[in-house]
Amino acid sequence: MADKRPAELIDGPGEQKDGAAAGAPSAFLEVRDLKIHFPTDDGLVKSVDGLSFQLERGRTLGIVGESGSGKSVTSLGILGLHNRRNARVSGQIWLDGAELVGASADDVRRLRGRKMAMIFQDPLSAMHPFYTVGHQIIEAYRVHNDVSKQVARKHAIDMLGKVGIPKPQQRVDDFPHQFSGGMRQRAMIAMALSCDPELLIADEPTTALDVTVQAQILDLIRDLQQEFNSAIIMITHDLGVVAELSDDILVMYAGRCAEYAAVEDAFHRPLHPYTWGLLGSMPRLDRERSERLMPIKGTPPSLINVPDGCAFNPRCAYKDLTDGKSIAERPELRELEPGHRAACHIPLEKRREIWNDEIAPKL
Amino acid sequence: MVAFIVRRLLGAVGLLLIISAVTFSIFFLVPRAAGVSSDDLAGRFAGKQPDAVTLAAIKDRFGFDDPIPVQYGKYIKAIVVGDTYDTGTEKIDCPAPCMGYSFRTNQPVFDQIVDRTPITLMIALGAAVMWVLAGVSIGVLSALRRGTIFDRMAMAVALAGVSLPVFFTGLLSLAFVVHKWELLPEVNYGGLGDNPFNLLLPWICLAFLYAALYARLTRAGMLETMNEDYIRTARAKGLSEKTVVVKHGLRASLTPIMTVFGLDLGLLLGGAIITEKTFSIPGLGQLALDGVNQSDLPVVLGATMVAALFIVLANLVVDILYGVVDPRVRHS
Repeated sequence: MADKRPAELIDGPGEQKDGAAAGAPSAFLEVRDLKIHFPTDDGLVKSVDGLSFQLERGRTLGIVGESGSGKSVTSLGILGLHNRRNARVSGQIWLDGAELVGASADDVRRLRGRKMAMIFQDPLSAMHPFYTVGHQIIEAYRVHNDVSKQVARKHAIDMLGKVGIPKPQQRVDDFPHQFSGGMRQRAMIAMALSCDPELLIADEPTTALDVTVQAQILDLIRDLQQEFNSAIIMITHDLGVVAELSDDILVMYAGRCAEYAAVEDAFHRPLHPYTWGLLGSMPRLDRERSERLMPIKGTPPSLINVPDGCAFNPRCAYKDLTDGKSIAERPELRELEPGHRAACHIPLEKRREIWNDEIAPKL
Repeated sequence: MVAFIVRRLLGAVGLLLIISAVTFSIFFLVPRAAGVSSDDLAGRFAGKQPDAVTLAAIKDRFGFDDPIPVQYGKYIKAIVVGDTYDTGTEKIDCPAPCMGYSFRTNQPVFDQIVDRTPITLMIALGAAVMWVLAGVSIGVLSALRRGTIFDRMAMAVALAGVSLPVFFTGLLSLAFVVHKWELLPEVNYGGLGDNPFNLLLPWICLAFLYAALYARLTRAGMLETMNEDYIRTARAKGLSEKTVVVKHGLRASLTPIMTVFGLDLGLLLGGAIITEKTFSIPGLGQLALDGVNQSDLPVVLGATMVAALFIVLANLVVDILYGVVDPRVRHS
């Protein structure tokens, strides 16, 4: 538990390619070289392009990145929710010894909701408007548990109580639109947790909520994690949420991993200019207002025409330090310190210097 | 909910009053303005070459020379409390709802409507069952198999169906199915006593037209619904694809279909004019059509009122069903 580094997580690049021959990994969840591409009329959209990470039970991985960086696509990919007809998924996803990418749709369906569950971003649109909250939880429970409606209903009431909904016996028969935003998110969590999933993916669970409610929901997720010892993937663009909850952090940019490290390392010694940008864009109360935020210039690249070299190159303020390498060559994700990986061409010493001298003092 | 229904019913009565006033004006006022005198009107009732005494008696009996508002008032009053007509030789009692007498047959209009309604009802309901079942299921399958051969074929047939009127498909099927190949007997339906399956051909022709429309409507609705977040949630729960499609997808797509269905059915109940004419079925549509052809104003007026009543009622039912189907409507 004390070791918060994803050190021994990823095998060397050579072994990664071995696929099934490498066999089941020891980690609870291991994603290896995951690629999710969507062929469209305009070209191939490489939403996720070679992503690898690991997660153990009881631990939390925060995936951060701008909109369109592939965070949500990754999570839907793990759950097998992409339409097999218009998404090309390759690589490996190992969940508790079972490989999911090549598994049949029905096998993955049986795991969904029971072994792995998801909390969606906007609970109003993510819950069916025509069915009561209770009905939707009962439905989720009964797919995987052969119990009577009465038993499932009692379970649904228990779950609603557990996530802190007052008078769950009455609220169970309410419709989603009768709940407030925070309550809906709680109900959504109750639904996701109804079958005690071992892997919980939370896709921006607090984005649509008030700040006060945000804190409650995050506390709730943390408490429930302790109770069920689930592994959690927290997808967010809010670095505060990651700092609060996660053990490890994976920074995504244009479908790839830019930096992957324990949270302390990523916040105190980040080694990728994009991470610096994210940290610089975070408003801080303890700073003078006259000090401007340091937004990242430009916009994320189109995922159809990702630049040849480093995808972040066009927006990078330090690209001149690479002797043009970042235009010509894609940077590999390298382990630079134990458990700390980043994909950047700038010489490591130079990066440490920039962080210590230029970036950190301004944050 | 009860208050809602009562409010809507009162609204429906008000609407019917307005419709009756408008139709009454159109059928009685406009001909007058165009130069048709009360003598002409009386003449239509009296038949060939009436003498002046008869005409005067008829005018007096129907009140053709009264001011128009008085005539309209009498018409409405007769619907509510009934009326008694004095022909001079005898008094004819016309109980409520009295909609006057046909100029041509001297029969009370309401009796004719009562006779014809079940026939139209059978045509409309039978066809409705067919087109809803066929249209919705084809629409769902098409949406799920978007872009496949099935989808393209189904939508091509649907386009043909929408474009082909009943007098085309009806006559064609009569010519081939009934007369050339003799697969089905002649369409012969005169009332509830007859075998309802005599209506098979009209049902199919009518259903083909509407099923096409409903298939397109369902497909569009399903394509939209299946992209909703709650469908993704349903899948994330591990529900089977069938449950996801039917219970979560179709259920949410049904609301707009229900609305259109209410209107379509209401419209048809007022008389499936083209179908009835094509297959020579004596329904409300035929009644209205004959009324128009023979300038039988009370019949035309009566048929119009009944058609309006059906549409208003169908709308009312749809509104109530909306609350049943969509809880968000119920609670607002």
